[in-house]
Amino acid sequence: MIRSHVLLCGGTGCTSSGSGKIQAALEAELKAKGLEEEVKIVVTGCFGLCAVGPIMIVYPEGTFYSMVQESDVAEIVEEHLLKGRPVERLIYAEHHDAIEEKVTSLADTTFYKKQKRVALRNCGYINPEVIDEYIAMDGYQALGKVLTEMTPDDVIKCILDSGLRGRGGGGFPTGRKWMFAQAQPQGKKYVVCNADEGDPGAFMDRSILEGDPHAVLEAMAIAGYAIGADEGYIYVRAEYPIAIHRLEVAIAQAREYGLLGKDIFGTGFNFDIQLRFGAGAFVCGEETALLTSIEGNRGEPRPRPPFPAVKGLFGKPTIINNVETYANITQIILNGPEWFASMGTEKSKGTKVFALGGKITNTGLVEIPMGTTLREVVEEIGGGIPNGKKFKAAQTGGPSGGCIPESLYDTPIDYDSLIAIGSMMGSGGLIVMDEDTCMVDIARFFLDFTVDESCGKCTPCRVGTRRLLEILDKIIAGNGTLEDIDKLEELCYYIKSASLCGLGQTAPNPVLSTLKYFRHEYEAHVVDKKCPAGVCKDLLSYIVIEDKCKGCTACARVCPVGAISGAVKQPHVIDTAKCIKCGACIEKCKFNAIVKQ
Amino acid sequence: MKKKLTTVMFRGTKAQEEQLIAVIEKYRDTEGAMMPVLQEAQEIYGYLPIEVQKIIAQRMDVSLEEVYGVASFYSQFSLNPKGEVAIAVCLGTACYVKGAGDIIDRISLKLGGLAAGDTSPDGKYSLEATRCIGACGLAPVLTVNGEVYGRLVKEDVDGILDKYM
Ligand SMILES: Cc1cc2nc3c(=O)[nH]c(=O)nc-3n(C[C@H](O)[C@H](O)[C@H](O)COP(=O)(O)O)c2cc1C
Ligand code: SF4
Ligand code: SF4
Ligand code: SF4
Ligand code: FES
Ligand code: FES
Repeated sequence: MIRSHVLLCGGTGCTSSGSGKIQAALEAELKAKGLEEEVKIVVTGCFGLCAVGPIMIVYPEGTFYSMVQESDVAEIVEEHLLKGRPVERLIYAEHHDAIEEKVTSLADTTFYKKQKRVALRNCGYINPEVIDEYIAMDGYQALGKVLTEMTPDDVIKCILDSGLRGRGGGGFPTGRKWMFAQAQPQGKKYVVCNADEGDPGAFMDRSILEGDPHAVLEAMAIAGYAIGADEGYIYVRAEYPIAIHRLEVAIAQAREYGLLGKDIFGTGFNFDIQLRFGAGAFVCGEETALLTSIEGNRGEPRPRPPFPAVKGLFGKPTIINNVETYANITQIILNGPEWFASMGTEKSKGTKVFALGGKITNTGLVEIPMGTTLREVVEEIGGGIPNGKKFKAAQTGGPSGGCIPESLYDTPIDYDSLIAIGSMMGSGGLIVMDEDTCMVDIARFFLDFTVDESCGKCTPCRVGTRRLLEILDKIIAGNGTLEDIDKLEELCYYIKSASLCGLGQTAPNPVLSTLKYFRHEYEAHVVDKKCPAGVCKDLLSYIVIEDKCKGCTACARVCPVGAISGAVKQPHVIDTAKCIKCGACIEKCKFNAIVKQ
Repeated sequence: MKKKLTTVMFRGTKAQEEQLIAVIEKYRDTEGAMMPVLQEAQEIYGYLPIEVQKIIAQRMDVSLEEVYGVASFYSQFSLNPKGEVAIAVCLGTACYVKGAGDIIDRISLKLGGLAAGDTSPDGKYSLEATRCIGACGLAPVLTVNGEVYGRLVKEDVDGILDKYM
C-alpha cells in the first residue's frame, strides 16, 4: 500500500542544484528502511520556484521542502516518512517585513496564490515520463473528443472563439493561422512546434516540455486533425537534453498506446511526430528560418509572403506554433472557448507564463492571467527585489523587447499595453533590474547578442546593428558625444524599417526603450563621463580613502596586477594606470577604505 | 557568426571514422539530414574539424562549402576542440544582470588571460561564454565539464577552479 508520495523536482533548475543525487539517496534510504512499498517517489517537472531548489513535496500532507541537500535525505525519511514528523528546518519560509513565516503547503505560498495555471497545470504534479499519469489528469481526452465528436471546422471555430493568440512573441490569433492552413488544397501538410526558445534567460517552453510533454503532443495531433496534416515536427534546442529525453519517452509511449501513429482511436486519423534539434542560432526561432533549418540548411529567414500556411516546410502548407500556445489547446477543447475567454483582458485572453529572472527574490516560473500588473508580478508573486535594493526596470521580450521603468510599474501585462509602452510581450522572459544595473550597459548587452546572431543576409541588420554596437561601446568607454546619442536613435529607426526579418526589425528596441526612459543615463555617460550605476569600468576608478585606511596590506596582497602600494600601517595608494578594475581589493578591505567612483 | 579556427592537430581514429560513416548511412533517406549528421559527428569527435567536414561532404555527396556553411552558422557546432577542463560561463540575460560578466573576467584572469572562446595552448583549459543553459533560477551559473555550479558570487570562482587544477 502506498501511503505517501514524495514529489521531487527533476526540472533543469533543480537537476542543476543536485536533485539527481537526492533521488538516488532517497531510493537507497527507503530501501534500507523497508519503505519501498509504502512511499512512492515521483520525479516531476519544474514547480516554478527554482530559486529555492531542489524542491521536494511530501503528500498527503503537502509539506513543501526547499533547498534540500543530499545529506538531508536520511532525516526526512527517518523523521517524516517513518515517524510522521515533518522536518521543520527544511520547510519553505517566506519573509514578510523581515519576519520569517514557515509555509507548509506550496499552494499557500504568496508565489502561488496569485497564479492561474493552465499551460503549467501538470508541471510539478505528474511524472512526465509516465503516460498514465498524464492520462489520469484527463490526458488525451481532448484528442478523443475532437476525433469523435468534432469536425475540423468545429475545432478551428473553438480555437478562434477562445481568442487564443500565439505565445511565441508575435501574438497572432492561433485560430486564424489554422484556418489559413486548412483552406489550402488537400495534400501533404505539416504541423510544427517551435521549441527553439532563443531568448536567453527564458525557460518557459523548456519547462513545459520537461514537465508535461504529452500536452504538446496531444495539441499537435489536434492541430493536425484541424488542418488536415498527418505529420508533425518539434524543433527543439539541442541545449535542452532533459526536454529532448522526455519528448522521446513521451512520443514512444504515445505510439505504444496508439495515441500517435496510424488510425488513432480507430477513427482512421493518422498522425506522427518527429524531433529536430536546433543548434543554437537565435534567428532559427523566426518561423521561416526554423523551417529552412529543419530542411537541413543554414537557418536564414525567407521573405514572407508566401506565409508558411501557404508554402512552408518542404514547400507544403504548414502551421507553426509555440510550445506554450499548444499547451493551452487541450484545455480550450475540454473546458470550452468561453471558459478561456473569461480569463484575461479584452484583446489578450487566457494566461501567460513568465520566467522571472534577474534581481528578484523568487526567480522561477509563473503563470498569470493576462492583465495582471507588472507590480503585482514583481512585488507580490516575485517577492520583490532582494537586498533592500530599489526596482529600476523590468525587461520583457528579450533582445527584441524593451525596458519598462518604475513610472509604468502598474501597466497591465497584455500584448497591446506592452507594445504601447515600447516593449513587447515576447515569449515570456521577464528580467528585473535594480539600481545597480546600468541601462546603457544592458542596451549594449542585447546589441552584442544581436550582432552575434544576425544571420547576415541583409545589410541594414548586419551592418546597422554592428554600427549601433560601436556607438554604444564608444559611450561606455567615455568617448561618446551628444551627437552620438542622436545618431544612435536615427540608426535605430532605419534598421527597424529596412531589415528583412523580425530579428533586425526588433533589434533596436532595447536601445530605443532605454533611450526613451533612461536618456539621462546616456547623458551622464557622455557629458559627465560617469556611470551612475557604477558598472561601466572605463568610467570608474578605484581609490583608497586615506583616512579610513589602516595599512593592513590585505588589498595589496590580493591585487592581481600589483597596482597597490604602501607601507605596513601606512595609507595605501592605487595606481589607476595599472589597475584593471577587478574589484578584488574592495572585497578584501575590512575597513571599507576602498571605493569606486 | 564569428568562429575561430583551430590550430590543434586532428587526431581522429579509424573507429571514429567508421562510426561517422554509419551515422551518415543511417540518415541516407532522411530529408534535411545535414543537421542530425553534424550533431552526431560532433558527439563522436567532440568538435567538427575540417577533416571531419570533408568526410561528411564526400559521403553525403555535397560540397565542402555547404557543410562548412552549415557548421559555421550554428553556435552549437564547435570547430575547436574543448580543453580537458572545459569551462562555460552563462552570459544569458538572467546571469548577466546578476554579474556573470565579473565572473568570466575573474576566470580569465585566473587562467592567465585566456579569452572567452579560446583553448589554452596546452589544451588543458577552454573558456566559453554560453547562452542561457536554462538554470536561470540559479543565476549566475557556470559549468565545468558539464557539472553545473549556480548561485555564484565572484569569490566562488577560485574555489571551483582549484578543484580542477
Ligand atoms: C528573431 C526571432 C526569434 C524568434 N524566436 C522564437 C522562439 O524562440 N520561440 C517561438 O516560439 N517563437 C519565436 N519567434 C516567433 C516565430 O517567428 C513565430 O511567430 C512563432 O513561433 C509562431 O507561434 P505562435 O503563433 O504560437 O506564437 C521568433 C521570431 C523572431 C523574429
Ligand atoms: S534582419 Fe538580420 S537576421 Fe533577419 S534576415 Fe536580415 S540579417 Fe538575417
Ligand atoms: S585593505 Fe583597506 S585598510 Fe588594508 S591597506 Fe588596503 S585599503 Fe588600507
Ligand atoms: S581593482 Fe583589482 S586591479 Fe585595481 S587595485 Fe583593486 S585589486 Fe588591483
Ligand atoms: S526546476 Fe525545480 S522548481 Fe524549477
Ligand atoms: S541566463 Fe544563465 S542560465 Fe539562463
